Amino acid sequence: MTTIAKPFARPHGEEHEEDPRQYLMHDPLPRGQMNAMVMESMHATSPIFWVITAVLAAIVVFALGYEWYVLIMEGQGTAGVTRPDYWGVFLVNTVFWIGISHAGTFISAILRVLKVESRRPFTRAAELMTTFGLVQAGLSVFMHLGRVWLTYWMFPLPNQRTIWPDFHSPLMWDLMAITTYLLCSTMYLFLPLIPDLAMARDRTEGGWLKQVYKVLAIGFRGTEGEWKNLTTAMNIFAFAIIPVMFSVHTIVSWDFAMASRPGWSSTVFGPYFVIGALHSGMAAVAIVLFLLRSTMKHYKYFIRPEHFNTIGMLMLLVSMAWAYFYFNDYIVPWYGGDVWDKLLQEYTEKGPLGYLWYTMLFCNIVVPWAILWNRKWRETPWLLAIAGILINVGMYLERYIIIPVGVTVTRMPFTWRQYYPRIEIPMTIGTFALFLLLYMLASRIIPLIPVWEVQEGQEAHLIRKIGKAEISTLSDME
Amino acid sequence: MATELEKPGVATQEEGPVGRWGMVIDQDLCTGCQACVAACSMENNVPIVGEDDANYGRYMHWIRIERLWESMEFPEVKMTPFQPMLCQQCHNAPCEPVCPVYASVHSMSEDLNLQVYNRCVGTRYCGNNCPYQVRAFNWWDFQDERIHPELVTLHNHTNPDVTVRRRGVMEKCTFCIQRIHKAEDKAKSEGREVEDGEFTTACAQACPANAITFGRLDDPESQIHKLAETNQSRTYQALEEMRTMPRITYLKGGV
Repeated sequence: MTTIAKPFARPHGEEHEEDPRQYLMHDPLPRGQMNAMVMESMHATSPIFWVITAVLAAIVVFALGYEWYVLIMEGQGTAGVTRPDYWGVFLVNTVFWIGISHAGTFISAILRVLKVESRRPFTRAAELMTTFGLVQAGLSVFMHLGRVWLTYWMFPLPNQRTIWPDFHSPLMWDLMAITTYLLCSTMYLFLPLIPDLAMARDRTEGGWLKQVYKVLAIGFRGTEGEWKNLTTAMNIFAFAIIPVMFSVHTIVSWDFAMASRPGWSSTVFGPYFVIGALHSGMAAVAIVLFLLRSTMKHYKYFIRPEHFNTIGMLMLLVSMAWAYFYFNDYIVPWYGGDVWDKLLQEYTEKGPLGYLWYTMLFCNIVVPWAILWNRKWRETPWLLAIAGILINVGMYLERYIIIPVGVTVTRMPFTWRQYYPRIEIPMTIGTFALFLLLYMLASRIIPLIPVWEVQEGQEAHLIRKIGKAEISTLSDME
Repeated sequence: MATELEKPGVATQEEGPVGRWGMVIDQDLCTGCQACVAACSMENNVPIVGEDDANYGRYMHWIRIERLWESMEFPEVKMTPFQPMLCQQCHNAPCEPVCPVYASVHSMSEDLNLQVYNRCVGTRYCGNNCPYQVRAFNWWDFQDERIHPELVTLHNHTNPDVTVRRRGVMEKCTFCIQRIHKAEDKAKSEGREVEDGEFTTACAQACPANAITFGRLDDPESQIHKLAETNQSRTYQALEEMRTMPRITYLKGGV
């Protein structure tokens, strides 16, 4: 057992002593009390909660039920897609939601592997975003298909005519990557959930929920052997899911980069999309943490300014990386001087949709750089939530500029047409509503705080007095 | 010194096979009368999409006449010559590898790009990847009266030799493959090869100025080879730099 000792980080030049109890890891509560708090946060609902749930459910039924029915029965003509813009907002949504889903894995896998301690209370909230975000991404792909009832032709199913899907197509790689990612991230969500489900099972008095917990907790009792197996499984998954996460958005970017179109055929698209995904994902985590903290009972204890500080620093870092990749993606075609690339850049910046480009740069670069450099501001939850919303607007516009705006400029100037979304608008709102609805319902059933992880962290952290200085120490439990 | 790329001639790049069917389009002869567009639509059951959708870019013609402004400044007002644009039947077609379900495939015997309508699931990747933008998507059901009866305009005069397409599938110029097959069947029953000029596509047949010539690409004596040789200085292929090896050769207009 090793112990790492480090003094508290404090702003440069400030003399006053920091209260260590402002950090969750140094503010331990008895385990029973903490478990009870998490259980209570799941059960304490106000009428407003159910009103919002009902409104969201109504939106989902209308937008994803009725509107989708219209789209399927009448055809893609109800959407805004047209001759050069064969791909529209549905694929923007796909890329956007896959981007959102990246933050969960990044936070829970990479920060777990790197042993970033402040990740502990919000890994679950981020992982849940991954799973529910991927659901929206998958639905958006199906909305995009002209004949969605034949989707199963894209799966490698044995059939009498021995027709296999074409693995030359980037869309097939995409299908494989998203399916793998969905399965992996669901399993990775489930593994750390087992002890908490067992905790919830033991604290639920009868009813259908008890049966659900009983099944899902797969008989976890908390013996030494069970913990050992669980830790091993989580370690394997944490390392294995990182390459899956990087590959999935790279492959999504290849849907575009492999096409021979001006603006798309770019070699930097892979890493650029991964960073873009993290950019929107981190921002979404900030929004979700703000919402959880301000709506859920007892969450002010678990989610503290220090966590917003961590997220804020990551957002700033990712924003800088994004700016670097965007600059790369921009300057190379500009310098290359290919006539089509040049026309596309001119259309993007000076065309009728030029304001989107400027808004994107403002939201993705100016906003995070102006807000997130200051620790005081990073620790203000509502400010971080606003920055998160703006960054997500910027990242949505980035995808919008790449897909419907980008495909407007083809090598056949005769076909140039501007794209206007039609049925895409309600259906996009529908995916957002479904995401929120799933999240809200899950918050009633699943403990959104990984209680055992918080407790484990609090066990490992200690304040030791060495001379006059109080030093925070962290014991390595493994 | 002329490089390999600049070498004039019909679409027979040395690295690819010769190809079977080809076309030569003389832009000097084209008057832009749109007879080929009408004939193609009648022959191939191409739906008429209506004014609003056509304005929005959803016209479904398999062939279109392109004409662009070259200069709009007053004394130098100039337009490009008419350019009929249809599927170039590329040997190296960008639309083919991107289809996840093998709906867009290459015919090895005819060396044509085929679109298998009943295999298509409508991802529209092929339409995106086609540098010529000549693929048309069925935005609505143009043959089913139950949903939009006003769109169904071709009740009783659809060509029985050609499939009607339902909503959600991609379609494109086939080089009138039904005519190719008819001629091949006839030739086979008579125990011979199809001769050049024995039949032609609907667009070439309808062209009053004879700007479109269709014929055998693997027959060096064919009409299209003669046209390309006599007009060597004017031959070019659309978007040659894409190296798609199209089977259509244009003769530059206004030179």
